[in-house]
Amino acid sequence: MANSEESLLACHDCDLLVRKPRLRTREKVVCSRCGAVLYSHKPDSVGRALNFSLASLIVFVLANAYPLLAFKLQGQVQLCDLISGVKELYRQGYWELAVLVFSVSILTPFLKITSLLYVLLPLRFNRRPWRLAYVFRCVETLHPWAMTEVFLLGIIVAIVKLRDIAIIVTGVGLYSFVALIVLMAAADAALEPHDIWEQVEVER
Amino acid sequence: MKSSPPTAARASLILCHACHLLVQAKSLPPGCKARCPRCGAKVYLRKPNSLARTWALTLAALILYIPANVLPVMTVVSLGHSEPDTILSGVKELIAANMWPIALLVFFASITVPVLKLISLTYLLLSVRLKSRWRPRDRTVLYRITEAVGRWSMIDIFMISILVALVRLGNIATIEAGPGAIAFASVVVITMFAAMSFDPRLIWDVVDNAEHEVP
Repeated sequence: MANSEESLLACHDCDLLVRKPRLRTREKVVCSRCGAVLYSHKPDSVGRALNFSLASLIVFVLANAYPLLAFKLQGQVQLCDLISGVKELYRQGYWELAVLVFSVSILTPFLKITSLLYVLLPLRFNRRPWRLAYVFRCVETLHPWAMTEVFLLGIIVAIVKLRDIAIIVTGVGLYSFVALIVLMAAADAALEPHDIWEQVEVER
Repeated sequence: MKSSPPTAARASLILCHACHLLVQAKSLPPGCKARCPRCGAKVYLRKPNSLARTWALTLAALILYIPANVLPVMTVVSLGHSEPDTILSGVKELIAANMWPIALLVFFASITVPVLKLISLTYLLLSVRLKSRWRPRDRTVLYRITEAVGRWSMIDIFMISILVALVRLGNIATIEAGPGAIAFASVVVITMFAAMSFDPRLIWDVVDNAEHEVP
């Protein structure tokens, strides 16, 4: 491929061709026609995203290992883990909802963190992981389906609804879950996908 | 012709949507199974059957939107007395209990977002169909908002999953999910797919082609 094309960018939203300028730290290229962000320069994109992803994995384990909430009413106590809702929906016969909630609140975030680690960890040490392109494409496909932050709002609404009826105690799982959201968002913000794609050699 | 802006399509280049590599259209074998030489994703000049797919998914969501709002999303069973809740009655209860900020949040996520999504997808589809040249940039922004905001409608579904797990006190109180929740979750998932299958470059193709014809 000719050099002239490597310095061109096309807008994914309006197809405009833009010449890729030399960017300084934290500058970004914005499409002049429709305003989409095409490329941003992020310092140490791989290293910082890797740190945040490692931290995400730790709090992901904590968020699943400890109870999120406890519900106390008339001497009875009911604990709730991240997976409890999925189990209960399944028990009530709503397996479609159970599968959906499990996928977007637990499975997708887990796959996203682990596949990101699979890509970033070798790259950090200048090695190219096996099937890098395929795995990183999966990371990008999974992105809209990891709904941890939406799940947190669901938890908050549930707490507010039960507040007047019973005593709700928040647990270690919930705090870990909040940390998970912050760390996953930080990893996303630190990573520039173009930096990864440039590591993939073009087959000819 | 001089005024028409340079686009990838006009330069016979195809943007790979997965890895953003510009691929030369003529270097690809003819037929629809062209793959990106860098990441291996299928590459298309425009998303395949974008309008037909988006129409189909939007209409499916529109139909499911009725049971999603009519059927109960959950039922509170307390001391033998059961009280079904729909999406709307859930919001009304929060307002009645004077929990305004949360009521507004749930109203926005569960009612405003799905309705606006369905309206804006229909509008975008019609505007491309009718070859509208009106404010393409604003329509692109509308598309980006539609795509980004959809997932937030899942709040109600997650709230239900927490409530059924917490309130399991035998005769005193239990909460059961309802069939409306399946319909509502389907609306959210289907509209997300609908937004993904729409290609905003179609908005600009109309504008570019018009400039091409009238110099």
